[in-house]
Amino acid sequence: MSGDVITTDAVIIGAGPCGLFAVFELGLLDIKCHVIDILDKPGGQCAELYPEKPIYDIPALPEVSGQELTDRLLQQASPFNPQFHYNEMVSELIKHGDNDFEVKTDGGLVFRCKVVVIAAGGGSFMPKKPPIPQIDDYEGTSVFYSVRQMEQFRGKNILIVGGGDSALDWVNNLQPLAASMTLLHRRPEFRAAPDSVNKMRALEEAGKVTFQLGQVTEILGENGQLTGVKGKNKEGEFEIPCDTLLPFFGLTMKLGPLADWGLNLEENLIPVDTEKFETSTPGIFAIGDINHYPGKLKLILSGFHEAALMAQQVFRYINPGERLMFQYTTSSSSLQKKLGVK
Amino acid sequence: MAKITFIEFNGTSHNVDAQNDMTLMEAAVKNMVPGIDADCGGACACATCHVYVDDKWLDKTGEREETEEDMLDFAFDVRENSRLSCQIKISDELDGLVVNLPEKQF
Repeated sequence: MSGDVITTDAVIIGAGPCGLFAVFELGLLDIKCHVIDILDKPGGQCAELYPEKPIYDIPALPEVSGQELTDRLLQQASPFNPQFHYNEMVSELIKHGDNDFEVKTDGGLVFRCKVVVIAAGGGSFMPKKPPIPQIDDYEGTSVFYSVRQMEQFRGKNILIVGGGDSALDWVNNLQPLAASMTLLHRRPEFRAAPDSVNKMRALEEAGKVTFQLGQVTEILGENGQLTGVKGKNKEGEFEIPCDTLLPFFGLTMKLGPLADWGLNLEENLIPVDTEKFETSTPGIFAIGDINHYPGKLKLILSGFHEAALMAQQVFRYINPGERLMFQYTTSSSSLQKKLGVK
Repeated sequence: MAKITFIEFNGTSHNVDAQNDMTLMEAAVKNMVPGIDADCGGACACATCHVYVDDKWLDKTGEREETEEDMLDFAFDVRENSRLSCQIKISDELDGLVVNLPEKQF
């Protein structure tokens, strides 16, 4: 990533439903946004946890899937041309002065902005770490939960554990680089795309991938260097020699670096006022599931309301002394112009 | 209505009264049984309400459905009697049910 600083009005952390609607509400007030999300796609929990499941309590949408809600919110926000940065986790949030914040991501992006809107839901989606004894000792040397650079795995004896898309994709993509490739999964069926499963099966038939039915029970090795794992299945116990282990057990939500930003936290939630949904630090707002106030309900519709009120205060910060005229999209020609209504 | 016993990994047992038609997960959460995280709130989308059903009760709790089987791929130490407790509906038939909790949900 380049070291150029991206300058904007607002940085929104989280591209879930509340973050996306915040783009819309801020956009109506001419406030430009950049949106950062740790996932590789918009929608947050709606897209990651339940894209196909219907939601029944969105006003005026008696039944809508997580994916459709996401698509509609993206469409609604699109006139404001928000810039999205996926696969990036906000690692640092620094206050330089009033309405002057610096936001850094783990991928090396740097933003300078006037306000920050935390719409981080349940926190960051991070890879699940299987509770295998001593696994911590091997993380970063022999055990990896994601692949950032494929070259790192050249010539390795790799064991991949799991049966989803990540597991199958990495079996297929890393096999040509690896000295040996074994896939371990608890059942012969996979949740992954049929195409990936067919590819893996073809590699198995060609003798390039070994498939082992079962589950990991123990890690073997010392000083952070893996020599193999022990596993078991219905037939009994077995050992797989390997020097690299990639477990893919899906994602879980963790609060992540947010805990270190100097915000007042109460039980992993950010307290806000109910007029502006601002945190204890002026200029930093929190909306959606991540915030807390008396009477808070963790509903998407509450997050929408919070986004609208937050935007009012952001306008005041960005346009000091200017009067904010309240307008309806049904009748205001200036709002309709912004929305591209013809 | 059914009396349910949840046994934690460390052996502590919790007896709770569960109303019919709620799920086993809801019965645990409502009664603050530790060890059932239920991150996704019962959508069968996370595998953090994993339990082991006592063998004697397996025919009464029924079979795993396909989405549940898929989700169990995200759990650790999955066994023959593994279930996601959000997918088990309480009924009079389950009065006396005993389930064991894994060492941790992850």
